[in-house]
Amino acid sequence: MAKFSKKTKTSENIPTSALPDIIFMLLFFFMVTTVLREQEILVEQKIPQATQLQKLQKKTLISYIYIGKPKNTGLYGSEPRVQANDALLTPADIVQWVNQERDMLPEADRNMITISMKIDRDVKMGPISDVQTELREADARRVLYASVGKVQKD
Amino acid sequence: MARKKNRMSQEVNAGSMADIAFLLLIFFLVTTTIASDKGILNVLPPKLDPKNPPPEIDKNERNIFTILINANDQLLVEGEYAEADGLDEKIKLFVLNFGQPNEEAQGLYNSLPASLKAMSRRDPESSDHPGEAVVSIKTNRGTSYDRYLEVFDLAKKAYFDIYAERVNLRTDEYRALTGKDDAEQSLIDRGKEGIPMAISIAEPDKIGS
Repeated sequence: MAKFSKKTKTSENIPTSALPDIIFMLLFFFMVTTVLREQEILVEQKIPQATQLQKLQKKTLISYIYIGKPKNTGLYGSEPRVQANDALLTPADIVQWVNQERDMLPEADRNMITISMKIDRDVKMGPISDVQTELREADARRVLYASVGKVQKD
Repeated sequence: MARKKNRMSQEVNAGSMADIAFLLLIFFLVTTTIASDKGILNVLPPKLDPKNPPPEIDKNERNIFTILINANDQLLVEGEYAEADGLDEKIKLFVLNFGQPNEEAQGLYNSLPASLKAMSRRDPESSDHPGEAVVSIKTNRGTSYDRYLEVFDLAKKAYFDIYAERVNLRTDEYRALTGKDDAEQSLIDRGKEGIPMAISIAEPDKIGS
């Protein structure tokens, strides 16, 4: 009888020994899917919304350019600036930057380079068209206006 | 009693393991930004060569659907003040007008599904046929990017709606086609055939910015 009661006592608590394994599995999933920012974004980025989004197939062909108001207005002023890689560029540097990016691609893909423009929604068209003129000059004519999906009303 | 306690503590205490793992999990949950390479694709025109100026284009005015956006983000569509709502429908009507179709365009018209045929108004003041129709968007240097993207988005939507309708898909299904196999590629080509996506982005003007 004493033995019997002891047995029921042990089976009262729920076995939680598998819980850490489950959590670790989730943890590994997030660790693997996380892309850590390799570069610091120096300009504000409020990406606009759009509906007709397309996904690009080859991610290696994409180079990113960021346009927006600098976060550190004391240092860089409040006018929209262009950031590529890790530094702020003037429009005149863009041709050189595109050529650098293009040299990193395999030769067959060089004319397929796509510039993903991540532009803050408060930027005016003036600076953007300056950048686009430079991109035309550099012959990097495929441009992706990065945007996030909009919830449609109907 | 004392012996019983001893036997219990032989097991390694793994109860807090879950807590530690949770902590790490929450950290990664918060820091994760799932990279998204989604956006609206645009192909810029080739650069201007001072030696070879671009050929003079003499398109009839009726074949160009002009959208002007001023520095106050107001729209002027075909010479009339307008709102952005319903712009995609106007562009669709413009593209599918078939005012003066040539033989080829007549064949294209006959191949369209009935729902698209119904959009043709044969208005002599609007585009001749889809091959000629051009949607022109002109901004000002003071136009906000948000507004420009909204209008560009609507112009793209009009074309994608037409393409999707032709191949009997929903618009988002058509847009998701990537052309990675022949079946998808042929769907894309069938949608686009004879109706080029002609959206022209004019150089912004500087007045009033």
